[in-house]
Amino acid sequence: MKKQVIRLAFKTSIPVLAGYIVLGMGFGLLLHNAGYGPGWALLMSVIIYAGTMQYVGVGLLAGAASILTTALTTLMVQARHLFYSISLIEKYKGMGKYKPYMIFGITDETYSLMSDPYIPVDKKDEPLYRFLVTLFNHCYWITGCVLGNLLGEVLPFSTDGLEFSMTALFVASFTEQWITMRDHVPAITGFVSSLLCLAVFGPERFLIPALLLMTLILTLLRKREEAQA
Amino acid sequence: MRELGIILTMAAVTALLRFLPFIVFRKYTPPYIKYLGRVLPPALIGMLVVYCFKDVSFSAAPHGLPELISALCIVALQVWKRSSLVSILGGTAIYMLLVQVVF
Repeated sequence: MKKQVIRLAFKTSIPVLAGYIVLGMGFGLLLHNAGYGPGWALLMSVIIYAGTMQYVGVGLLAGAASILTTALTTLMVQARHLFYSISLIEKYKGMGKYKPYMIFGITDETYSLMSDPYIPVDKKDEPLYRFLVTLFNHCYWITGCVLGNLLGEVLPFSTDGLEFSMTALFVASFTEQWITMRDHVPAITGFVSSLLCLAVFGPERFLIPALLLMTLILTLLRKREEAQA
Repeated sequence: MRELGIILTMAAVTALLRFLPFIVFRKYTPPYIKYLGRVLPPALIGMLVVYCFKDVSFSAAPHGLPELISALCIVALQVWKRSSLVSILGGTAIYMLLVQVVF
């Protein structure tokens, strides 16, 4: 029975495998070039476990940033995690002993897999399944980060374009949720708010305004829904 | 020592953001938060899609064509097969082919 859960969890995590190895290696290489060895890559990928933040972190390390600057930068870059967690509160109820690690392991990609309304296992196996998907993804990330750092600049094959698997994961999740959910207003709200904020605030700082805008619109829509009911 | 401080700070703040909503609403989830939990996933994934395309230049050649073609293939594969694995592997393979061979 357990074997079946492990197999299904692995299958769910496969799309993240290639992307995390490639993006992790990119980070490992960057860290290597900044003068930090595999021990640092291992430490960061194990305890921070956040792609964008670790890339930004290399800059913070190289520039010897203060603790306050580091904390504020992290707060800005990672603010979206608050929203991921809010939307997983109900899904992660009853996850028992696995819950703390599962919360620690929420990333853009893991969130995308976890927010899928469809789970391929029975209700009783759900905690183990969700835990394993989170764990597998974390392992891919650690492997990529350390490997990239060890290999330095010599990559064994052309991986040009392989990083697109992360985009592919989000596009596939978006399509799947579009098919599954009858109400398309949330999807459109998120997409259009983000496009609008990207145009207004530019690629480096549009995430937080976009998060606030879509939450505001969805909140106003709820009031309207209630008024009609 | 300074490095360790920076890394621990990044880890602590990231973990705080991940755990905070679960801690605040551990006993009772207000209906508003439940509502957000229901409507946010498709909105957030829509945002992640936009995020992935943020650095694609549509004005300079190849005008984001590899990205757009591959994304359309992923949507088509997903609608047709309903298997994320097939869509993601297929879409990525098409993209790699486009950027390495075609464009």
